[in-house]
Amino acid sequence: MIEMQDVWKTYSNGTHALKGISVKIDRNEFVYLVGPSGAGKSTFMKLIYREEVPTKGQISVNGFNIGRLKQRKIPYVRRNIGVIFQDFRLLPKLNVYENVAFAMEVVEAPKKVIRKRVPEVLELVGLRNKANRDPSQLSGGEQQRVAIARAIVNSPSVIIADEPTGNLDPETSWGIMQLLDEINFRGTTIVMATHNKEIVNTMRKRVIAIEHGNIVRDEMRGEYGYEF
Amino acid sequence: MSFSTLLRQFREGAKSVFRNGWMSVASITSIIVSLLVLGVFIMLVININSFADDADSQVQISVYLESKVDDALRDKVMAEIQTMPEVSEVTLIPKNEGLKEFKDKLGVEGKDLLEGYTEETNPIPDTFKIKLIEPTTAPFVASKISALNDTHPDKPIYKVNYGKGTIEKLFKVTRTVRNIGLIFVAGLALMAMFLISNTIRVTILARRREIGIMKLVGATNAFIRWPFFIEGALIGLIGSVVTVAVLFFGYQELEQVVAADMTLAFQLVPMKQVALKVGGLLLGLGLLIGIWGSTMSIRKFLKV
Repeated sequence: MIEMQDVWKTYSNGTHALKGISVKIDRNEFVYLVGPSGAGKSTFMKLIYREEVPTKGQISVNGFNIGRLKQRKIPYVRRNIGVIFQDFRLLPKLNVYENVAFAMEVVEAPKKVIRKRVPEVLELVGLRNKANRDPSQLSGGEQQRVAIARAIVNSPSVIIADEPTGNLDPETSWGIMQLLDEINFRGTTIVMATHNKEIVNTMRKRVIAIEHGNIVRDEMRGEYGYEF
Repeated sequence: MSFSTLLRQFREGAKSVFRNGWMSVASITSIIVSLLVLGVFIMLVININSFADDADSQVQISVYLESKVDDALRDKVMAEIQTMPEVSEVTLIPKNEGLKEFKDKLGVEGKDLLEGYTEETNPIPDTFKIKLIEPTTAPFVASKISALNDTHPDKPIYKVNYGKGTIEKLFKVTRTVRNIGLIFVAGLALMAMFLISNTIRVTILARRREIGIMKLVGATNAFIRWPFFIEGALIGLIGSVVTVAVLFFGYQELEQVVAADMTLAFQLVPMKQVALKVGGLLLGLGLLIGIWGSTMSIRKFLKV
């Protein structure tokens, strides 16, 4: 599903973000990516959805060779990857329904399909009754649920989540985690970067720890392993 | 692309034109200015060209006889001119016909001016209109005809006219006008393009977030480009439609003024004859400038 072989990433300013990473993430896995800030977690994830290209090494996602991907094929690879951010990244002028439908419109899904699929997904994230609200009228947790709905609406096989609970209080965070677990249970691979010790230690999953651009630990049902 | 997608793209593009308010107005104005200048120059060149063509086909020598010349002498002189090898055709315009022609030329408004003149008091002499085989021989033939005066004791020829240098001057003017016009228009078009690309850049900056999300969920570049493309095309279209309307309205007014003014010896090329070509050209050019401007500004943005 996702496979990296000796992947290096050096930015143009000379920063060595990743130094020879090799890893394999199978279909339907749930992976926590942990490690100090600036260790390379974000770069790791950006490489998966082809925001960045590796300086050296090979990455394959769903069978596509990401490093050698032709420019015009990038959109089609991304349609199979849902991305969730700490800051939600919703469009403020669109309401909840429109924000989710937007992701389907831009991949040119038929109107009929959009009208059927969006309520389904809103139901799944528990926002069916808030479809007409603007993002500004929602709590942080609810906004993240909208972002998750948008990420999964096109039924991607992988979800990349960059600290999805980073801006949320503990209780709300648990709600989001349960939602992600549910999505994972339904068959979507999830790669999630996090600094939340409690979550990692309670909802046990595979843990990959990155430090200074290297994988220093990779355990099934692992622990968070840091003190902050 | 499905119909509903196409509709969406048009809606987004049209929305931006309004959302950018004054920037759009500035772009549209710059298109109007450049196309209007171009349009005026085109009209000018068309008219000068048609005038020159007219003059060219009319290259001929007019020979005015003295009014006292009788018919016998007139026919004799005419025959002499006809035998000249350079001459292809000599037409006699008798006094009366000349008067009538002049009256026609002056039209309704000038009717009063010639009211008093009858066939007896006709001030217009007999005239020969001479067509040449080769227009460039005009000066030579004219002097040859003038020389005929010396072979007749009555000196029957009053005046010999040929359009000396007029045609050359006209062509020179046309060329200069066209060149100056081209430089002007190129500069103005460039300015319009620059303004449009700036307007669209503002749209892009305002919608960076949206574009980022579009890319993230897998929109193709073509899909992202469409609204901007339409925005540029709309700006170009609005600008050129206004230009064509203004230009044609102005030209029509001018046409009437020229037609009414009898001191002018020429008529403007009728608008019907040029409307389609000039209108089409301006519309096409407006669209092109608009689309080009928008394409220039998005190209950089889509490389991520």
